[in-house]
Amino acid sequence: MKFGVVTFPGSNCDYDAYTAIKVLGEEVEFLWHKSSDLLNSDVIILPGGFSYGDYLRSGAIARFSPIMKSVKEFAQSGGLVIGICNGFQVLLESGLLPGALLRNAHLRFAGKYIYIKVENNSTIFTSVCQPGEVLKIPIAHMDGNYYNFDGEIEYLKKQSQIIFRYCDKDGNISEAGNPNGSIYNIAGISNKEGNVIGMMPHPERAVENILGSSDGLKIFESIVKSFSKGMAIERA
Amino acid sequence: MSNKKATVFVRLKDGVLDPQGITIQKAILNMGYDQVASVRSGRFFELEINAEGEQGDKKIEEICSKLLSNPVIENYTVEYEK
Repeated sequence: MKFGVVTFPGSNCDYDAYTAIKVLGEEVEFLWHKSSDLLNSDVIILPGGFSYGDYLRSGAIARFSPIMKSVKEFAQSGGLVIGICNGFQVLLESGLLPGALLRNAHLRFAGKYIYIKVENNSTIFTSVCQPGEVLKIPIAHMDGNYYNFDGEIEYLKKQSQIIFRYCDKDGNISEAGNPNGSIYNIAGISNKEGNVIGMMPHPERAVENILGSSDGLKIFESIVKSFSKGMAIERA
Repeated sequence: MSNKKATVFVRLKDGVLDPQGITIQKAILNMGYDQVASVRSGRFFELEINAEGEQGDKKIEEICSKLLSNPVIENYTVEYEK
């Protein structure tokens, strides 16, 4: 299975993502923002960072890059896409995922290990996780405060599109466990079809115990497992 | 053909939390201006466009809705000047 990692000007987690896939033992290649060629990737990773300097709004400019036109077509035809941090912001700006990310409620950059609860483990991206499993994964962002209208949140709940929620160490969903003010403690969501996911925490930074956690590897292992089972193709 | 000038104001929609506005308001209150009941932050852009009349207006509207504002959380208004 081949992963493609997009590099925008200002991406700074592209090498982390690349290395995570190497640790996973799968094929991986970088995709340049000015190209529209996805190089036959089976899954696209939109990495974290500050694409185009975060000018205007995070992800707002990246959305119009040549590679994103291809990524959008790929996603709309059922291709697997995961957006991490700034990549999540790009997916929201592109309209591939619903909602928006506001400035953190406390107005400070948040960079630390946090805990997220797997709300839905029957997705392509969480298939090796247990129901309600708590993952220890770092965050590093200024604009991670997920926002959507009340009605939309209800809809996301009903459709099981809320994949990860911030929690404490024991898996309790609480205000104390919410690092940025996200509505309903939302840390990651998918599209309705389930082939596109966006999340603020950085699983690619938690793939070896020496880094403090290897829980992030489960996201990538899930993708590989689902793909080999044909889950992705079936849904596409 | 002269350039058409437009000033675009982008504001958060009512009900969308504006932590920057709240923090600025707190600073204002700390300065002693306790009459200030609320502050909402936003941003503006000045555009010059080589298109006249309604066609130019339409282009600017497109730019506003596609790029300058995020319709999920923001509204925009445009003021034109010749």
